[in-house]
Amino acid sequence: MTSTTVAGVTVDRNDEGFFTDPDQWTEAMAPELARAEGIDEMTDDHWRVVRFMRTEYAQKGTGPTVRVLGKTSGVSIKELYQLFPKGPAKVAAKIAGIPKPRGCI
Amino acid sequence: MPKRIVILGGGTGGTLTANRLRRLYSLDAAVITVVEQDDRHVYQPGLLFVPFGLTHPEDIVRPRERQLRIGIDFVESEIEHVDIDACKVHLANGATLDYDVLVVASGARLVPEETEGLLGPGWMKDVFTFYTPEGAAALGSALEHFDRGRLVVDVVDMPIKCPVAPLEFCFLADWYFTERGVRDQIQITYATPLDAAFTKPIAAAQLGGMLAERGIELVTEFNTGEVAADGKLIGYDGREIPFDLAVVIPLHGGAQYVGRSPGLGDELDFVPTDEHTLQAKCAPNVFVIGDAANVPASKAGSVTHFEGETLVENVRHFLAGEPLEPGFDGHANCFIETGYHKALLIDFNYDTEPLPGHYPAQVGLPLLKESRVNHLGKLLFQSVYWHALLPGRDLPGLGSSMPTAGKQTRVPEED
Repeated sequence: MTSTTVAGVTVDRNDEGFFTDPDQWTEAMAPELARAEGIDEMTDDHWRVVRFMRTEYAQKGTGPTVRVLGKTSGVSIKELYQLFPKGPAKVAAKIAGIPKPRGCI
Repeated sequence: MPKRIVILGGGTGGTLTANRLRRLYSLDAAVITVVEQDDRHVYQPGLLFVPFGLTHPEDIVRPRERQLRIGIDFVESEIEHVDIDACKVHLANGATLDYDVLVVASGARLVPEETEGLLGPGWMKDVFTFYTPEGAAALGSALEHFDRGRLVVDVVDMPIKCPVAPLEFCFLADWYFTERGVRDQIQITYATPLDAAFTKPIAAAQLGGMLAERGIELVTEFNTGEVAADGKLIGYDGREIPFDLAVVIPLHGGAQYVGRSPGLGDELDFVPTDEHTLQAKCAPNVFVIGDAANVPASKAGSVTHFEGETLVENVRHFLAGEPLEPGFDGHANCFIETGYHKALLIDFNYDTEPLPGHYPAQVGLPLLKESRVNHLGKLLFQSVYWHALLPGRDLPGLGSSMPTAGKQTRVPEED
C-alpha cells in the first residue's frame, strides 16, 4: 500500500492502484484518475459507469464484473470497452476509487 | 407435525445435504423432498477425462434417486419459481411444495447463447466444450482426428465450475498429443480473462510456469466478445486468436427458476448468500449450498462437500430457534491433473491462498507440486465421491475447515 496525492489530497492505494479506502475518494479526483488510465475526458457515459460502480460497491461490498456491468448499467459490453479500452471493470473501479472487483475466484 | 425441508437440486450439494439431514432427523421429525429436473447424476470431475478417451460418459453418470437414502422423497420436475414470502415452490407441472426450510442446491448452468457466435455454424464441429457429457464425447472424436494446427482453450468469463479444469485440459492435451507423436505440429493456446494463469498469486506463478515448460501459450485478460465463423475468437478489446479447434468454457449462470423467483437471485441468477453461515440474504429459512451460491469460493465439489457440515448444522439451529454458526471458511481442495500420470494438489480458503507443503498435515499429499500420488488421489476420488461424499459422511482425517499443520506459510523467494 502506498500513499499518493490525487487532486491535492493524500489517499491510500494498493500496488495495482486501487483505493484501499473508498471513503477517501471524491468526484473531483475522477478526471485525474481517468487521465492516468489514458482517458483524457470524462464524458457523461464515463460518469454514468463510475457512479454505477460506486452505488454497486456501497450496496454489495464489491464492484461489478464486466458481465454484470453489461447486464445492469444500461451500457452494453461493447460500449463499455469503447469507454474503457483497457478493461471496463478494472479501470472504472480505479477511477471510482473502489477496490478491484472480486468476481473471479 | 414434521418439519418440511425442500431441497432444490439433486446434484452434489442437494444429495449430500438430503442424506445428512435424513440421518439427523427421524421420519417423524422431518419430511425431506429433493426436486430435480432429470434422473442423471453426472460425476462432473470425470468430464475432463472423456475427450482423451480416459473414461466414457456412461461411466460417470448414475441415477440421481439411487444416491438418496431411504425416506427421502424424490420429485422429478422442472421448477417454475419459488415464492419466498409464501414459502412455496411452484413446479412446472403445476404442483406446489410448501416448506419450513428451503435449500437451494441447483448449481450453475452453462449459457453459451450469451456469447455472440459461440452456437454458430462451428459449434460441435470445430468449437466444443467439455463441460457437458455430450460435448466432452464429441470433442473426443474431434481430438482423435486432430494432428496439426492451432488448439485454443478459452475461458469466456468467470465464474466457472472448477476453475482449474481448463488448465488441466491444456496439460492433458499436451500429454495426449505428445503420446500420439503429433505435439510438434500442434500449437496450444490458453486464453483467460484473468491477468494470470490462475486467480491466486502463488498458484498462478506455479501453474503459469508449468504452461511455459510445456510450450503452451498463455493469453491473459482476454475477454471473448465473439466466436467468428471463420475460425477466430475476437476479444472485446479487438484482439483476435485464430484457431483450428476451439475448446470454449461458456459463461455460467444460476438455474433459470432463480431468475423467475422475485428476490431470490442476483443478475446472474446466483443466490446472494452469507459466506460463513450459508443462509440466503433474502429470507432466514432459505439456505444455499454449492455452485448456486454467490459466495467468493470456487465452484467445486470439494467446496460443496466442506459446506455440507455447516449448512446442515445451521438448518438444525434455525429449526430449533438457535443462532446460526459462521462455520464455513471457504475451504477448497483441488487435484490438478498435469498429465504423465501426475497431478498437483491445492488447498485454500477465503483468507489463505494455496501454499506449498503437505495435506492434511506434515505427513500427507504434497501440495502445489506434481506427484504420482496426487494423480492416484484424483482417480480414487471418484469412488470416494459416490460412496462417502454423496452419502454425506465426514471423511476420516479431513475436517471441513482448512488445515494449516502441513503448510509452509512463508514461501521461499525464487532465485
